[in-house]
Parts: sequence; structure tokens; C-alpha cells
Amino acid sequence: MERSRLITAMEGILGTEGVIHEHEQLRTYECDGLMNYRVIPDLVVLPETGEHVQRIVKLCYDEGIPFVARGSGTGLSGGALPVKSGVLIVLTRMRKILEVDIPNQRIVVEPGVINIWVSQEVADEGYYYAPDPASQIVSSIGGNLAENSGGVHCLKYGFTTNHVMGAEVVLPDGSVTHIGGGLAPDAPGYDLLGAFVGSEGTLGIATKITLRLVRVPESVQTLLAAFEDPEGAGGVVSGIIGEGIIPAAIEMMDRLTIEAVEAAVHPGLPDAGAVLVIELDGPEAEVEEQFGRVLEICEENEATEIRVAEDDAERALFWKARKAAFGAMGRISNDYYVQDGVIPRTELPAVLKRISELSEDYGLRVANVFHAGDGNLHPLVLYNNSTEGEAEKAEKLAGDIVFTCLEHGGSLTGEHGIGEDKKKYMPKMFTDDDMNVMQLLRCAFDPHQLANPGKIFPTPRLCGERPGPFHMHPLQKAGIVEQF
Amino acid sequence: MQTERGITGDLRQIVGSDNIREATTEDAIEGVQPALVVEPGSVEEISGVMKLAAREGLAVSPRGGGTKTHLGDAPRQLDLIVSTTRMNEIMEHTPGDQIFRAEAGVRLEDLQERISESDQMLALDPPESGATLGGIIAANSSGPRRYKYGTVRDLIIGITVVLHDGTVAKAGSKVVKNVAGYDLSKLFTGSLGTLGIIATANFRLHPLPKASRTVAVEVESPQQAQEATQSIVHSQVEATAIELHYAEDEKLLTVLLESIPGGMDAKVETASFLLKQFGEVRTLSEEEEDHLGPLTPPAVADEIVLKLGAPPAELGSVLESVLGAAERRGLAHPRITGHAGTGVTFIGFSGEDEDAAVGFVGEMREIQTRKSGNVTLQRAPLTLKQRVSTWDNGGDYLGLVRRVKEKFDPRGGMNPGRYLGGL
Repeated sequence: MERSRLITAMEGILGTEGVIHEHEQLRTYECDGLMNYRVIPDLVVLPETGEHVQRIVKLCYDEGIPFVARGSGTGLSGGALPVKSGVLIVLTRMRKILEVDIPNQRIVVEPGVINIWVSQEVADEGYYYAPDPASQIVSSIGGNLAENSGGVHCLKYGFTTNHVMGAEVVLPDGSVTHIGGGLAPDAPGYDLLGAFVGSEGTLGIATKITLRLVRVPESVQTLLAAFEDPEGAGGVVSGIIGEGIIPAAIEMMDRLTIEAVEAAVHPGLPDAGAVLVIELDGPEAEVEEQFGRVLEICEENEATEIRVAEDDAERALFWKARKAAFGAMGRISNDYYVQDGVIPRTELPAVLKRISELSEDYGLRVANVFHAGDGNLHPLVLYNNSTEGEAEKAEKLAGDIVFTCLEHGGSLTGEHGIGEDKKKYMPKMFTDDDMNVMQLLRCAFDPHQLANPGKIFPTPRLCGERPGPFHMHPLQKAGIVEQF
Repeated sequence: MQTERGITGDLRQIVGSDNIREATTEDAIEGVQPALVVEPGSVEEISGVMKLAAREGLAVSPRGGGTKTHLGDAPRQLDLIVSTTRMNEIMEHTPGDQIFRAEAGVRLEDLQERISESDQMLALDPPESGATLGGIIAANSSGPRRYKYGTVRDLIIGITVVLHDGTVAKAGSKVVKNVAGYDLSKLFTGSLGTLGIIATANFRLHPLPKASRTVAVEVESPQQAQEATQSIVHSQVEATAIELHYAEDEKLLTVLLESIPGGMDAKVETASFLLKQFGEVRTLSEEEEDHLGPLTPPAVADEIVLKLGAPPAELGSVLESVLGAAERRGLAHPRITGHAGTGVTFIGFSGEDEDAAVGFVGEMREIQTRKSGNVTLQRAPLTLKQRVSTWDNGGDYLGLVRRVKEKFDPRGGMNPGRYLGGL
């Protein structure tokens, strides 16, 4: 289909307001939160309803046009990177909270709803939405679902996948289906919802999402503890887990991160080699006793300073410091490259040592900020893009860090997703058979590979289903995929 | 199928002659007897068996502890049972990481015993004794503690599967937090052997609770059962399980509370305070506590068990509809138990009058599916399953279920006929 005819057809669905096709405006959408990759989409469409999404996708399907869904564009793996000659479906106009069902602890929202709005909506009822990625004030629920977002509280409460209970999904052929029970448990059949959450937009577009709401805990206690070095902080993490305590969160920042955060948001962090933020929540008597034990463990590991949050304002300050970490890097470095590797918690000392060796070898600084409780590291490789060759060097160092995670039994990514950025590393973690079997799922949902093609897998496969005489798939022509 | 020397001989080559035998009537599934039972001892051996099965066009049914073989419709074809009995190694348990990796044939009891040495547990407590990890995943078995910890999908972190043609694939990892690649662990959860054989699995663990007590309240009506459940659900007591035992003579809602010794009394006090508005509250004896409620009378020989999934806040109307339908069909007061906090209810009733049973199941399905709930025949005689399927039709996602099945098992050799939609 010619571009002009496609624009007319889309305008027929959405009106002229809902279609962006001017080059300058399209540039706004050329990347997501990861700016290393940029592609200007052919067309951006802004649906306002599930029916709009369905008609857009059906049109794409009929014309063999690839499409990419995008929420707020805060993703850090290039998952919402547009595809060339494709349509970018931006869901930011689908922002309605459709239904609140406190008795069943559920809420139904459209994909463009911002994460924090969900908690705000039900706060008066004593409820909240547990997954809290650092981007929660801007990132959308649809994007969270696509990436299976984590956050600082997943150690106790789980990830997005544990909190999405049902979804209305527009499949890549434009049909609509409902997966997951929503309100009722144990819907018969395969756990299609479990497979869909975290599929990075490659299996379809969720247009209505049912989330689980969690009761606000009776008591919350938060402390910030400083240590001379990360080893001391690591000892606290092992100590807490060893006691059978599951805190709501344990976060760690190293010296470089502390400096950056201090420069950016001035939370008054102690001068230290490492800082932990530890939060416990639950019934009061339980929290009281366990928090006392956590304080002892910090002292046993020679904390140089311990601050207990006296009230919500101080607690908020601790979290502000932690959640500002990525953005704060701009204060100490022109550019930085984030990794998202995961390691078994017990490997933390060995991996930190290796990261500091690598940092020295490459002559680049690495700041470490991570979800220490679940072993999810966010090493930030600092570099200067205007220095010749340093960007490449930073990317290589970041790669070596993630390979270190794999060598220690971990994963490429804990919450940012594979997207465009890490697909080249997939063969380090999975065999060809592993990836081919994963792509069987892709072929069941999206036989023509129109939904966010080219992401996750280094070698996308066509599913060999196109009937009739052979003609080259548009993606094949563009050199994006090869025939299975 | 003919047990030609060729096939048997080839299987012997793969698994060793001690690990293959002719099937007996005891191996039959819903009256369909396979020819052979093989017990591969490794992922490679499972793969070898499946390659051969594909070559010979054999229909394969995977089996763990055999505790759930009654779940599902009658097989359309059954030649070979692949038993995971010998796949019983716990490959790794790292207490500091709160994870383990194990082969699918490891029995849950054995695993828990081993893990408990480190004061940890796998937070799954299905009632069947002798169930294996692979079977628990395939049947998506769960128990009372699902209220706090979730079900298999919330605890499994990695899987190795063998497909119909012997392809071995893994997904996930051994770390709790991981979003690399598609989550096939969840896809295989509840797949009942129809997508492939689960060979190994990795799970996250939880600390063993240091103290526990169960409080119970005597309720009088469906509405009260619902209200008592809701009072705990919306409190901040963080209960571990909320169970319902609803018989004609004793109607009890029990709440399992787990904590540290110093937190126990306060939890019991809060829960008791909430529950006492509905009736007399007591703390269960240790013997009763093992069952999270009164010892339910043993099932009668011809008992049919339905599993209902419904929104938890509708417990009252679910119970009313069950009792009403049973009465209209002339059935005695059903044996009702359930995970009240999560909306799962089990209905046991006599299958003596099959027409009445068919009518009852039909009425339950009509009511439940209208409210986007579900009804599964957990246990039923074959004659009943031939009249009403084990499963609901699955709603508008059935087409997608079918396409997934076609991709993973294009020749239809994996447990054919037992799943919903005749898959």
C-alpha cells in the first residue's frame, strides 16, 4: 500500500488528529528511553479506544505492514524502537481507568494509564498497585506489561507478571481475545497470559488490563545504612536472607552513585563506600521485631551510619535518592550505558570484584546501583561520547559485565527487557533450539511476524505459513528476517 | 499398536532394558491401555524416546507420580507412557539464593524434606500425596497456601522441556528475576502433557514460617462465609490461607496465620477480632491444623468432584447456586470445601444418579461461565466425562490455545484428547 493511501485509511479510522505523518513530528518517536537506537517510523497513530487499535492492526495485517506498540516510551532496551516502513501505535490516549473492584481486589485499566495513577486511584480504599519501576510516575501499564517490569519492591511482592490477572488483547491479525481469568482464578487452558506478559510487544497489543490490587500494609519501616565498602553491605543482604526475613526492598548504591545522587538531588547521603536502603512492611508486631533484627545485622556488619526513617517524608527522601540514581549520572558523566544483568545473590561479591577489574582494564568508571535483594544489577558504564571510540568501548565493557553475570549463573536482563539492545546477546544465554521453541509461540500468535518484528531474537524466523505462490515477505525484502 | 520387536528393541537401546515394560491395566487412562511404559533417566533419554515416538507415530502420555491421571477427558490414542520416576535428582539447592533446580520426577514430599533442612520450603501444598514436580506443573496443582504465595506460575523460574519430536529446549533461568526470552515455564504450567514433557524445573523458595496457628469461625450461611472471608481479605493481617469447609452439619471458615514467634499473638488477636462478629471463634488443634480445618469425611466411592473458579467476593452467591442446583436435582447436600480467599471451590457430590449429575454440571457451567468463572471436572467417572467434558470450552481464547498446540505438537502425539477443545 502506498504511504499516502495508508495515511488516508488511518485517518478514516482515527480522524486527522490521530495520525502523525510529518517528518519533523515523527522524529519525536524515533527512539524510546534507550537513545542509542533511532528509527523514524513511517507513520504514528494515536488510537483512543480498543476498537481503534483493532481496526489499525487489522489494516496492518491486511496490508502486511509491521507495527510497533508504544506506551510512554521510557523503555531501556529499545523495545518500542519503531521499525522502518512500519506503523508506530502510540497508546498514550488510552488512559481511562475502566473499573475498580475493591471486593475482588482488582482494577481494569487501559494500556496508556500511568503506573502511579493506579495506586492513586485506590489509595483512599487502603489499596495500591505493587510493581513500582523507578519510572512509575511516567511509564504506562501497557508498557509495564510488555516488559514485565520490576521495581524496588519485587523481592516480596513479585513482578508485573504476578499482578496482571487478565487482558483483552488485539492479536496481530486484528482479532480480539481475552486471556487470563481476570476476576476468577484458574481459567482452563494454557497460561497464555503468563506467556504474553513480558513478550515485549511481539505477540499483540493489550487494550484492557486487569490488575491485582494489594492492601496497604499496617506498618512500614525503612532504614538507610552506610558502609565502608560494598562487601559490608553485601554481608547485610546475606544476613537478612539467612534469617528468613523477606524485606519489601533492599537496594544498594556504591560510592560513585552516591556522589552522583548527592550532586543531583541533595538528599544528604552519607559519605560512604556503599549505602543500603532497606524496607520492611507488614503487620506491626512482625515488622517491629524483624526490623530490630535488621538493625542488629547492619551493626554486626560494621555499618558506619544507620538512619531510620522517622516518617513518610524521610522515607520518601530515601526512595527519592535511590530512584534518582540513573538520571543523576548526568552530573558526573556526559554519557552512560545501563546494564540490567541478574546474578544469584550469593555471587554478588565475586561479580562486584570482577566488575571493578573490568572497569580498571577498560579505563572507564562503572557506577553500581542495584536491587540487592534479588540480585538484579544496574551497572552504569560512564563514558564521553565526544571522545573518539569511547562509546564503543563502553558498550563492549557493558557486554563483558553482562557475560560475567551469565558465567555466574544469571540472566541478561532482570526487568528492562531484551528489545533491540540485547538481542545480540541472546545466544549467550539460550541455544538455537531454545530460541526456536520460543518462536513457536510467536508463530502461534503472529504467524506473519508483524508485531514488533526484529526484537528479542537475533535471528527472527518466518513461520512458513503463507499460502499460495511464494512471494517475498516485506521484512525479508528489508533484510530484517530470513525464511525459516 | 503392535509392540513390534523393532520399537521395543529401539526403546531398550535408549533407556536400558530394565526401564521398559509392557503396560498393564493399572497403567490405563480412562480405560485406554497403552502398550508400553518407559522410564528414561535423563533429558537425553527422554529426547531419544520422543524422537522414536515421532518416527513411529506413537501417542505419548507423560506421567509423574500418577496422582492426577484422572484429570482430563479420555485419551484419543495412547501407546506409550513416559514415566519420569527415574528423573529424581535435585540438581542444585542454594539456600542463600532461595532457589533449587530439580528433575521433574522429584516428589514434592522428598523435596520439601531436603529443603527444610535449610529452613526453607517450596510454597506449594497440593493435597495429593506422591505428586512429582513435573506433574504439579503440568496439572497446575495448588493448595491452601496459594492465597499468600500464589500458584506454580508465581514460583517457577525456569524449565527444560522435550517436545514431541525430541527437541530439547529451556526457558527462564535459575535467578528469581529474569525477563530474557518468552516465559515458557508459565506456558507449560497447566498444559497437562499436551505441549511436551517437562524434564527439569527451577523454582524460587521461601523461608519456612517459624510459627503458625489456625483460627476458625463457625458460620451459618453462604452470605456469612463470604463476609467472614472478606473481613480477612481486606484486613492487614497478611493471612497465609483462608479455607472453607461447608458441610450440612458444620460450616467452618479457617484462617491460617504464619509469622515469627513474636508476631503470632497479635495476628491471632486481629484475626479473631475480625471473625468473632460472624460466630464463635476457636483456635484449631494440631491435628485439625494439618488439614486447615475439620477432617472432611472421606469421599464416597462414586463421588464426583467439581472445581469452580469464581471471583472471591462472590463466594456467597456461588455457594447459594451450588446448594440450589443440588437441591433441584435431588442431590444430597454436597461436600463443599474451598480456597475461599482466592475463589476456588470444590464440590463433591454423589454420582449415583448420572442424569442428575449431568444436569448439575450443566447448570453450574451455565452460571459460572456467565460470570466469567469456570468449572472443571476434577474427578468423575468416564461415563460422565463422555457426556460433559472435563473442561469448559475456554471462551474466545480457545482458538489461540489450539494454535499454540498445533505449533508445539503438530502431529498431535502428546496426550491427545485429554485437554480442552478435544486437544
